[in-house]
Amino acid sequence: MWEHRAIYVAISPFYILFAVFGLFPIGFSLYLAFHKWDGIGIMTYNGFNNFKYMLTDAEFWQAVGNTFMIWIYSTIPMLFFALIIAFLLHAPFVKFRTLFRVGYFLPNVTSIVAVAIIFGALFANNYGFLNYLLQSVGLPVVEWMNAPWGIKVAISSMVVWRWTGYNAVIYLAGLQSIPQTLYEAAKIDGASAIQSFFRITIPMLRPVILFTVITSTIGGMQLFTEPQVLVGNDGGAGAAGMTIVLYLYRESFINNYFGYGAAVGWGMFLIIALFSIVNWKLVQGKSS
Amino acid sequence: MATKHLKSLVLYTGLIGGMLISMFPFYWLIVMSTRTTSDIYKFPPQLWFGGELWNNITRVLQQIDFWGAFLNTLFVSGLVTILVLFFDSLAGFAFAKFEFPGKKWLFVLLLATMMVPSQLSLVPSFVLMATFGWVGSFKALIIPGMVNAFGIFWIRQYATESIPNDLLDAGRIDGCNFFRLYWNVALPILRPAFAFLGAFTFIGVWNDYLWPLIVLTDERKYTLQIALSQLNGLYNTDYAMVIAGTLLAVIPLIIMFLFISRQFISDIAAGAVKD
Repeated sequence: MWEHRAIYVAISPFYILFAVFGLFPIGFSLYLAFHKWDGIGIMTYNGFNNFKYMLTDAEFWQAVGNTFMIWIYSTIPMLFFALIIAFLLHAPFVKFRTLFRVGYFLPNVTSIVAVAIIFGALFANNYGFLNYLLQSVGLPVVEWMNAPWGIKVAISSMVVWRWTGYNAVIYLAGLQSIPQTLYEAAKIDGASAIQSFFRITIPMLRPVILFTVITSTIGGMQLFTEPQVLVGNDGGAGAAGMTIVLYLYRESFINNYFGYGAAVGWGMFLIIALFSIVNWKLVQGKSS
Repeated sequence: MATKHLKSLVLYTGLIGGMLISMFPFYWLIVMSTRTTSDIYKFPPQLWFGGELWNNITRVLQQIDFWGAFLNTLFVSGLVTILVLFFDSLAGFAFAKFEFPGKKWLFVLLLATMMVPSQLSLVPSFVLMATFGWVGSFKALIIPGMVNAFGIFWIRQYATESIPNDLLDAGRIDGCNFFRLYWNVALPILRPAFAFLGAFTFIGVWNDYLWPLIVLTDERKYTLQIALSQLNGLYNTDYAMVIAGTLLAVIPLIIMFLFISRQFISDIAAGAVKD
């Protein structure tokens, strides 16, 4: 019993802070979701109208679709490259490991404002660096910021650039925590490199992979700053860069539809929760 | 022997190629900070250093209280990082290695809080800070951020794999209570995870923008990102100066990361796990 009491004390700071700084704001936004409010005037009860409107709102569903597309465009290359980088860095004969780690982690340290300025310059229609590269090898230029897919690629590449090194560092920490004795034992039993990769490395990395999939799902579904600074509050040409949180932000803080914004937030919370559970089951189920 | 050479050729080509791509935008940031704003919009793009770095930096230091903001940011980021490391590792260790009634639901609740977008509660959070009288105070930045679900989740994942149950059982037999087990057994093993979580938290607080922008009202309490945003607002077109300021704000993080990298390398976990 004493043992348990100490554990509750250990985990309590999070729940106490959450009760004070989390529950009230969440409760308030739930209350708002059932009201009509412009932030200044009186709140009027609105029942489920905000939610009903959301279900038929084409802009909301476009934002959901955009968010998923950008998530796919960014997460798959990001985790794939991160795993490769981690494996290369983990090779026993690699020198200058610190240098590489710093180089790969650098994008994550850079502030988002700077990142936005740089990527704006990389993908710009007229004076952009990518178009300069395309031109110099004789290819036609791409109007990145006018094409729906171009905008999504630009936003995704910002995410990939910022977070690949971060995930690589996590994978590397995971690789380093696998006891070397397991590989030695497998070698003695005559296992090939490929066999020990799939029988030892991947299963031992499973919690780490699960971690990166879940965090990138949550992060990807909440994508906001990148599209906001790159294409503005309207999501760029054809609203192709409009993500769910950007939509929530615009409805709440630009259009002052606080009640509807809150409802969008709750719709989004449901989507993230469902999607995370699906991912969790998929990644956990793989090994067993 | 030949295969080993081929292997290392492939390995280094991959690593260096990837790193060049990874570092190019950062390199370009440095290049742009040494140029004038009109250079930045030239086509073809300017890819080599100019001579304007000192000019740009001088203007940054004239326009904003850079060093004051620097010290504010250092204080807030450092304090939050220490608090997060302590509270997150304590809770993460408890979730990783102990059974207690309600554990499953408490953990699900913890994960669920990560899924609530912070933008959703921006307005109510501000109302709360105003009620507490914390608007304009560092308390509004430090106290809500001193323990977080992400770190608990990360430490739990790490602790589950890296802390051997045998070691905990041995500790229990020696009569260690929960906090002794945390302090003497878990803490040394968790140290590589600390370097990572600490760096991550520090960087996050250092670069945080939206929340400080809302709650910091007193200019003397501005953090770097907010002070830099003043540059952006006042001199909309002077991008070269903004970029130079951004570069100044990033350099301390890079120095810190260089320092933390050694902690990653010294792989304390492996040493502790060996029998």
